[in-house]
Amino acid sequence: MAIETTTTDGAVKAAPTPDRSRRTALAWLIARRALMGLVTLWCISVIVFVATQTMPGDVAKIILGPSATADQVAQLNKNLGLDQPLFSQYWDWLRNVLTGNMGNSLVSGQPVSELLSERIFNSATLTVMAMVLILPLSLLVGLLAAVFRDKLLDRSYLGVSLIVTATPDFVLGSLVVALFGTVVFKVLPPVSLIPPGDAPWQHPQELVMPLAVMVLVGVTYLSRLVRVSFIDVMESEYVQLAMLKGLSMRRILFRHALPNALAPSIPAASIMAAYTIAGSVVIEYLFAYPGIGSALVDAVAGHDLPMIQAIIMLMAAAFFCFNQLADVLGTLNKSR
Amino acid sequence: MIRTRPTEQGVQAPPQNLTRRVLTSKQTRLGLIMLVTMILFAIIGPFLTPHSPTAVIAKPYASPGDGLLLGADSLGRDIVSRILSGGINLTWMGIAATAGGVILGTAIGLVAAFAGGIVDTLLMRVVDVLLTFPTIIMAILFISMVGPSRWILVVLVAIGLTPGMARVMRGAARPVMRREHVMWARTIGLSSRHILMREVLPSVTSPLMVEIGLRLMWSVVGLASLSFLGFGVQPPDADWGLMVSENKDGLAIQPLAVLIPAACVALFTIGGNLFAEGAARVIGRTEGARS
Repeated sequence: MAIETTTTDGAVKAAPTPDRSRRTALAWLIARRALMGLVTLWCISVIVFVATQTMPGDVAKIILGPSATADQVAQLNKNLGLDQPLFSQYWDWLRNVLTGNMGNSLVSGQPVSELLSERIFNSATLTVMAMVLILPLSLLVGLLAAVFRDKLLDRSYLGVSLIVTATPDFVLGSLVVALFGTVVFKVLPPVSLIPPGDAPWQHPQELVMPLAVMVLVGVTYLSRLVRVSFIDVMESEYVQLAMLKGLSMRRILFRHALPNALAPSIPAASIMAAYTIAGSVVIEYLFAYPGIGSALVDAVAGHDLPMIQAIIMLMAAAFFCFNQLADVLGTLNKSR
Repeated sequence: MIRTRPTEQGVQAPPQNLTRRVLTSKQTRLGLIMLVTMILFAIIGPFLTPHSPTAVIAKPYASPGDGLLLGADSLGRDIVSRILSGGINLTWMGIAATAGGVILGTAIGLVAAFAGGIVDTLLMRVVDVLLTFPTIIMAILFISMVGPSRWILVVLVAIGLTPGMARVMRGAARPVMRREHVMWARTIGLSSRHILMREVLPSVTSPLMVEIGLRLMWSVVGLASLSFLGFGVQPPDADWGLMVSENKDGLAIQPLAVLIPAACVALFTIGGNLFAEGAARVIGRTEGARS
């Protein structure tokens, strides 16, 4: 899974100047972030709009297919408001998006917001469950690797994490399906079809494999950061002093090292949540899980323009929010 | 022309030396060998196919036999031939996207570091905005509108790689700007292009090398994933990512039709990561830079 830290540089820049008190600096930072955020979200909306409404190749033709007559195309253009000037098209579109009216699906004719609400709920459930598992597991794995640094355990852990990081999610997923779903052990269903109307947790068996892949990818990323920050803390003066004083290893680890090693991992967890959103497209498609990732793939296949716009805006906004959260958390950390 | 040799501490070795140094690590060598093997396999493969990779010559999921070494895939095409010819697109697209992203990102990063001031701020703000848009989502957005043309995929992945690359290279180039030889070159009024190409670029080859390995891994992961989702190489052409999704429903009957292409993609990307991480470690050890 490709993960890129976006915090490092922005966080340094936004660090409060020494003459301001911490609290005002923080408020200032959050205000700046919020402003930047609005500008960025606006940019994203322009990108999505430009990409979908003004592409070469008529939208109406894409929707109707190559066999459409000129009359049909003109009629649809009129229905979609595509004959209006570009700026007023954008204005109408943005106003609708802001008021939560994302239009109707071109495939089923139902309102997009209605179609998506269950999908969003399913995706959110999967992500939250994955995060709940990832956080303690990464902490444990990272801690063990740091304690046994350069021993066999640590070295084999680093090897495995290098391989998992480099392997695309769909490859990992196919391996898991082959292992537990079809070829070797047939213990789990290979696809995660959740019937409409059911909550995902009513089908725990279907959730195991997608969760396993997400957790594997997440834990390898996050635990490496935990490991590094733990090693840093263990080498710091105050932990060395605690060791010299003869405090028990357990006390040092859990009372002194853990809180300090944890801090740098919190923004990373937020970044990871952001990347889980992008990664969910592949995982949901692989397991046929009814979330917004697989909805996006379906919408693209069916040229369902309003659905594509809504899902991409949603994903970009969520991705962006988690990134910003990571940035703010990272700065908080540094100023402490 | 006289050129001041950098003499202060933390001097960076010339590239030939760097290559040799990086290759002292077993991990880097293994990564490079894997990369080269997979690239050669992908290039030579299409010439060795026993059958046409797109011809339907057997029943769907036919078992091995009848001249089909691994049997047939979901449509009855020879699996061996499809594996052999399924890597070439991924390889050239991956390399082209990496080259594009690395060159563009390095150019932006170096210019931002060199110019400083408003240009720097502006470029980095654009980079920030681009970074908040996940590559795969952006790629899906544009492909859904203009169709999955291969060159568009290459351009999209290259654009996706650019902001991260620009940020890393800007960070690497900033300290270089304060070095004597760069300041000297600026003082005597050499052209900006000359300074960036001849004075700055040779000093940032170490991070560049690590980044090339990483970006190659990411672009191959991205392109293979897009093919898997059906937005990359289109059927009936053979492609490893596409093969995984074409044959995943027959996993129980014909597991190798999924697992071998998946392994091919993984070997490629793991090779890239081994190289990048090994190189980062060697450079970190010998130059004291952060890995």
